[in-house]
Amino acid sequence: MSVEVQVPTILRGFTGGSRAVESDGATLAALLDNLDREHPGIKERIVDTAELRRFINVYVNDEDVRFTGGLQTPLSDGDVVVVLPAVAGGQDGAPRRG
Amino acid sequence: MLRLPAEVYDEIVDHARRDHPDEACGVVAGPAGSDRPTRFIPMVNAARSPTFFEFAPMDLLALYRELDERDEEPVVVYHSHTSTEAYPSRTDIALAQEPGAHYVLVSTRDGAAESGPVELRSFRIVDGEVTEEEVEVVSRVG
Repeated sequence: MSVEVQVPTILRGFTGGSRAVESDGATLAALLDNLDREHPGIKERIVDTAELRRFINVYVNDEDVRFTGGLQTPLSDGDVVVVLPAVAGGQDGAPRRG
Repeated sequence: MLRLPAEVYDEIVDHARRDHPDEACGVVAGPAGSDRPTRFIPMVNAARSPTFFEFAPMDLLALYRELDERDEEPVVVYHSHTSTEAYPSRTDIALAQEPGAHYVLVSTRDGAAESGPVELRSFRIVDGEVTEEEVEVVSRVG
């Protein structure tokens, strides 16, 4: 099985500059574990302890995984995973969420 | 230095004024690798807040897909502060994740939302380090 992972600019230092890499896993969590073996350190930038980081968005086949089971989202051969950092901010005194 | 076409400058300021008292946000796209901000793309602030902004996750995906298809990148990421100066906040710095972008800040405080000059400044934010840069308003990016 093979899943394409599209990597944002800020994480391409982990993939030798590649915009997309192949990996595999029956769930998003398993995929990220495998990805981290190939590209050590990348998982920690996406996952904080056992949860997706609040300001990182992950999509499987264009669906936001927050609505499809989060890290337990199942994956199949040919799926496309997109990782995109949130574009967010705000003036000081902002309620920090997540 | 950021070279900003005059019409894009005006569009950013107009957007910030229009969305005041909430923060406004968006990008200015340009051909990948060109460092030329040419295509103004206002975004919805999903937080609809005077002190926070965030692109909605599905809007974000659609935006990046469109940029990829057009071989563009977000040359400028802009947002407004509604009651503080046009300088990156701690939140802005912590959440800046587009190291190649010019981060443009606009302040609509002190009545600037209605009339008078609007403060607009540009910064690089890389690994938590903020560097202000000059903004040159140009009639045409050549």
